[in-house]
Order: sequence, then structure tokens, then C-alpha cells
Amino acid sequence: MEGIKMSSSKSIMSTHIFSTDHKTIGKQFLFLGIFFLLFGGFQALLIRWQLAYPEQPVPWWLLGFIINGEAGMITPDVYNQLFTMHGTIMIFWAITPLLIGAFGNFLIPLQIGAKDMAFPTLNMLSFWTFFLSGVVLLSAYFLPTGAASGGWTSYPPLSLPAGGIPGLGQAFWTLSITLMGVATMMGAINYVITVIRLRAPGMTYFRMPLSVWGLWLTSILNVIFVPVIAAGLIMLLIDQLLGTQFFLAGRLAAGGGGDPLLFQHVFWIFGHPEVYILILPVWGIVSELLSVFSRKPAFGAKVTVICMSTIVVLSSIVWGHHMYTTGMSPLLGKTFMFLTLLISIPSSIFFFNWLATLWRGSLHFDPPMLHTMAVIWVFAIGGLTGLYNATVTADIYLHDTMFVVGHFHYTMAASVLFGGYAAIAHWYPRMFGRMLNPLLSKIHFWGTFITINLVFFNMMVTGYAGQHRRLYYPGEFEFLQPLADMNIFITIMAFFLGAFQILFLYNFIHSMLKGKVAENNPWKANTLEWTMDYPIPHGNFSTIPQVVNGPHEYSNPNIKDADWVCQTVKIEGDS
Amino acid sequence: MDQAIPMNKTFFGNATTGKLGMWLFIVMDGLTFGTIIIGGLGLRISAASWPVAGSILNVPLTAFNTFLLICSSFTMVMALNSIVKDDQKGLIKYLAFTIAGGVIFLGIQAWEYSHFIMGGEHLGNLLAAAGLPGSQFLPTTGIYGSVFYATTMFHGLHVLSGVIYLSVILSMALKQKFTSNNYDRLEIAGLFWHFIDLVWILVFTVIYLI
Repeated sequence: MEGIKMSSSKSIMSTHIFSTDHKTIGKQFLFLGIFFLLFGGFQALLIRWQLAYPEQPVPWWLLGFIINGEAGMITPDVYNQLFTMHGTIMIFWAITPLLIGAFGNFLIPLQIGAKDMAFPTLNMLSFWTFFLSGVVLLSAYFLPTGAASGGWTSYPPLSLPAGGIPGLGQAFWTLSITLMGVATMMGAINYVITVIRLRAPGMTYFRMPLSVWGLWLTSILNVIFVPVIAAGLIMLLIDQLLGTQFFLAGRLAAGGGGDPLLFQHVFWIFGHPEVYILILPVWGIVSELLSVFSRKPAFGAKVTVICMSTIVVLSSIVWGHHMYTTGMSPLLGKTFMFLTLLISIPSSIFFFNWLATLWRGSLHFDPPMLHTMAVIWVFAIGGLTGLYNATVTADIYLHDTMFVVGHFHYTMAASVLFGGYAAIAHWYPRMFGRMLNPLLSKIHFWGTFITINLVFFNMMVTGYAGQHRRLYYPGEFEFLQPLADMNIFITIMAFFLGAFQILFLYNFIHSMLKGKVAENNPWKANTLEWTMDYPIPHGNFSTIPQVVNGPHEYSNPNIKDADWVCQTVKIEGDS
Repeated sequence: MDQAIPMNKTFFGNATTGKLGMWLFIVMDGLTFGTIIIGGLGLRISAASWPVAGSILNVPLTAFNTFLLICSSFTMVMALNSIVKDDQKGLIKYLAFTIAGGVIFLGIQAWEYSHFIMGGEHLGNLLAAAGLPGSQFLPTTGIYGSVFYATTMFHGLHVLSGVIYLSVILSMALKQKFTSNNYDRLEIAGLFWHFIDLVWILVFTVIYLI
């Protein structure tokens, strides 16, 4: 199995659809991720419409004619489906394929000097299982009772037939996430083994680019924790379909019964590492791009790696901080609080490493750099507000308010979105052979950056004022009525945010067809993926490169006439 | 393009890439089983009552089933042993025995299930003695039924996929795809089969014996 088989037939089916080439699979994940990103984003706009203009007909430009219900209004049922599916889609079908699926596939073999993934067929199977899971998820909309509406966490007993949500929507949700988990596991096996086995000669672990480190650590977390949620989902699924009683208790359960809290534990044992699964690739990409666009070695690259690894370990023992209000023992709450706050130490260390990379660098404000620096800003706010949520005393007040929504959108939505855009802008020339239009990219960046902050920061303000995160009609409560104007402002900004993403989509597609043809190494980066001509052939490298440098030898005084050197070129005078 | 992908053999010795992948899969699958088994044990500890071991489930029959599965693991080892000596006939014979072991295991489990689902007066009496309602033992029969069916069904699905997997390996063996220096796929399939066997011993202990 060690040689890559090239099929002699060059049909569209084998080269573009059922391809085993990691680059094609990466692009497939990218397109699917962008589709779901827009889908989930559109749902977010509908949620915002309801919060700002409750019970008013949805206008045509939000596709009001599709929304069923009385006179085009969003009914409570539809509203529940909206926030459930928004969360589910964004986490599992937008962020996961965009960063882990697309860039994991595209970057890992290219950056470590491998011809392909360790198991190319498994890789293809992973994408198509993922695709199938998306079909199952969306097909729930055709059920008479609609899609899942129990929140993205799908807590039982609410998510069980006995718990009140009618129809099969929840079962479709569970099944689709299970399939998604299977696809993720196939990908994770591939990524972990590829990095262990297929690194080019000389590519030691510490010579791997930091983005590969981020993706690799993410995959290790996936290996450990996706199986756990898979078990939880299997139990939930047979609770929903066969009538077992794992997560039913009290009068809902006949004869004994189980424990709803068990699902919350299983869910968050996976669910908390999941947020690091989503953010670790971004940390890696940011650490690397800062170095490229500051023309300086990444400050403390080894320490950054060690900190990220520490967080991988710590992230697995902090799940209880999602459950402070479930009646957990206060002693346990304190323990989880302490462990959670510990994470801020390694996070701060690599955060300062980022700032130190910028310090006295020769900064190039190309679109990837702008997005990367935006990650620093939004991650700082997201990280700092996380401290309030991690502290038991503050969290009991803030739990399930818009403050939490604002916080995790800063860390997960904003950071990951900017990280994803940075990655797309940076590697677009390698993926499609052309450059994104820089002017449109910059307009898109500034528009997104300003509006995203206005949206999510103000969400935290409304949450601090007491607005619960899943309210259908906040104005029903007298103490929330003064927030009406603020909710309208957030919604208008969210519409602008959405409009700027359309601009990105236009830029993305237009540049693919008519963009400026890119040189082989437009950013003058050191890593291996820039060494070959476009289009990169199936098999990537005609000969496996011999790596002699780390990935960050920018502005090395021993290099003559350039401020960069490829990882394969020996620097004269360097020991 | 014929150039082989060079491998880093530093950390995991001479294990092939495929074997490493299977080991990683076994780690993942083990975590899934672990979650189901530990979750079941947790629910059992907090349950008000739990039927005494052997009061409902047929322990001797399942003990025989366990023995059968261990035997099939043994024949799997013999299959590997045959190909090391380049004994094609032995390989096919022992692989067929292994698959037969898995099929009979599934048959006995299906018989046990059908017996529980059909129910009857005798089963009703046993259930009543254990404090459970009805004359059938179903997934809906309290948390005991949930834990029993979830754990054994999940394992049964693994045996089924193992049987399918080994059948593919057998068809490769019939085409003489394996030789004494090329039997990696056989070894990898063996790893999976032994894992299923090992998990069953755990499931048998937790569900049937204690």
C-alpha cells in the first residue's frame, strides 16, 4: 500500500468527485463548508430578525416566503429549529469542514513533504460519509414536524419523544451527528498517522510548521473524544427510537430509569474538547502566518507548541464548567473552576508569543495578515470573557444568557471565521492558482471586523442585562424592554455582516475564474507547499524533499539577498 | 509515481502504516465501548434495584458463546501461523473456522434475543422475581433492559462487521493474495478480531456475571 496508485482513466468522476487526492478532497470540504457557513449564517439572520422585530413578517430579502407559519412570521417552533440548526450546522458542518476538513487535508501532506495521506481511500470515504451526514441533517426539514429543536446540545429528556418534541427531527439530528462523528474519526486516524509516518526526511516534529501542529493536536483530541460522544449519541438514538431509558428519569421513565445528567456529562466530556478541536487549527495557522507576514521567526515556537499540547491535556478535564447550574456538588464546581482557569496560563503564554512575533517585525498588511491580526483581537476578548463564565459565582448569574452567546461567538465564530479567512486568503494561490482580489478582500475584512465586533460585543451587553439566550420574544419581559433598541442595532449590524460575506463569496468565485494568476510563492514563505508549480500534481512531490531547516527562517542574517529560505535549502554559515 | 512513500520508522518500530491505523482505530473503538460500559455501570450504581446475576440472562449458554469466541480468536492465530509457514490450505481452513465461530456466536445471540422478545410465562415469572414488569424482556424493560440491549447490540454489530471483514479477507486468501512475506492485511484483520473478543470478555463479565 506504500505506493500511490494513479488511475490511468482521467474521467471527471475519478479526478474531481471520487478522488483520493488529498488536495481535491480538501477543496471538496472547503466548498461544502462554505455552503453550510452561508446556510447557518442565514439562519442566524432569521434569529436576529425575530429578536429585533418580533412577530413581524419576514421580508422577502430574508426569503420570508419560505418560512412557513402565520403570514410569514417566525413561529416559536420554527424559532427553536432555527437556533438548534444554526448551532449544529455552524459547529459540525461549517467550522469542522472549513478548517479541519479543508485545510487539514490540503496542508498536512504538502507541509510535511508527503505524497498523500496515509490512507487515501479512507480519506475519500471520510468526505462522502460527511456529505451523507449533511444530507441526513438537511432532510429533516422535509419531516412534517420539522428539524430538531432541542438546542445544539440536545439535552434529554427534552430531546426524547417522552420529553415533548414531537416527530423524528431529534432522531435525524442524532443520526446525522453520529455519521459526522464517523467521518471525523476516519479523518482523525488519517491525520494522526500521516503526521507520525509520512514526514519527509529531516522533517522532525519541531520542524513541522505550526499549522500542522495545530491540526495534528486537533486530530489527537478528535481521536480521544469523538468516540465518547459517539457512545453518548448511540445511547440517545436508541432512547429516541427503541424506547430505552438511559436518559429518562422520574415519572417519564417506567421502572427505574436512567439519568439525564449522564448525557450532559458525556456530551461535555466531548463538548469541551470540541471547542479546542475547533480553535487549535486556528491557533496553529495564526502562529505560522504571523511569522510569514512579520518576516520574523515565530517567537518561542517550541513554547507555543508545548502550550498548545498542555491545553490539549487540560481541555479534557474541565467539562464540568458547562454544568455549574445542574446541581453538581459545589466542591466539584470549584475543582472544575480551578482547572478551567489554569488553561488561561498556557493560552496567555502563546498569546504573548504572538505579540512578540509582531514586535519589531516588518509587517506586511496583506489580506491574510489582516485576518490573522483580527484573530488576535477577537480571541483576546473571547478569552478574557471566558474567565467570567469559568468562575462559578459569576457563571450562576451569566449562565444561559446572551453573555455566553457573545463569549463563545467571539472565541468560536469570530476567531475561527477570521482564522478560516486568513487560511483561505493565504493558501488560495496554492489551491486555485490565482490570487484573491486584494481590494475586495480588504473591504470584506474591514466590513466583517467592524460589524462582527458590534454584533457580538453588544450581545454580551444584553446578556449582562439579563437577556436569556433562547428567548423567543424578549419584549415580553418588562425588564428586557429597554434592550429593544440594542437588539435592533445588533440585528442591523448582523445584516451588514451577512452582506459582507456575500462580497467574500463573490470574490472567492470570481477570483477562481478571473483572478490574477499567482506566482509559485507569492508570500515568500518557507514551507514546502510553495515549492512546486501549479497545478500541484497528484502525488505532490516528484522527489521527496530533504528538509534541513525549521519553518521560520525569515530574515536570517546568513541568507544573502532574501529574507526567506525554503525549508530544503541549507543556510551557509548556520550550524 | 511508483516511488514508495518513505516512512519514518523511528517511533513505532517496523509496524506498517496500516497496522498503526488499526491500533488507533482500536483505541477509538475501545473508548466508545468504555463509555457505554462505564455509563451502564454508573446507572447501575445509582439504580434503586438491579436483578441478581443469572436471574434473567442465560449464563451457561452465553458462557458457551464466550468459549466459542475465544476459540475463534485461537483459530485466527492459527490462520496467521499457517501463512507464516506459507500453508495456503491451512490459512483458508482456519479463516473459515474463525468466520464460522463468529456466525454461530451471532446465531446464539439472535436466539437469545428472540427468546427474550417473544417472552412467555416462565420469563414473566423470572422478571417479576427481579422486580421488572411484563412477560417480555425488551429494550424498554427499565434501565436494566436498556443497558443489556445497548451493550450487547453494539458488540453484536462489531461481530457482524468482523465477520464481513474476515469474509473479504477469506476471499483474498482464496485468490492466494497472501504469502509468507505478505500477510499484513491478515494481521490487521486479526487485530480487530482479537479486540472484539477481548471486549466481549469484558461485556460478558459486566453484563452477565456480576
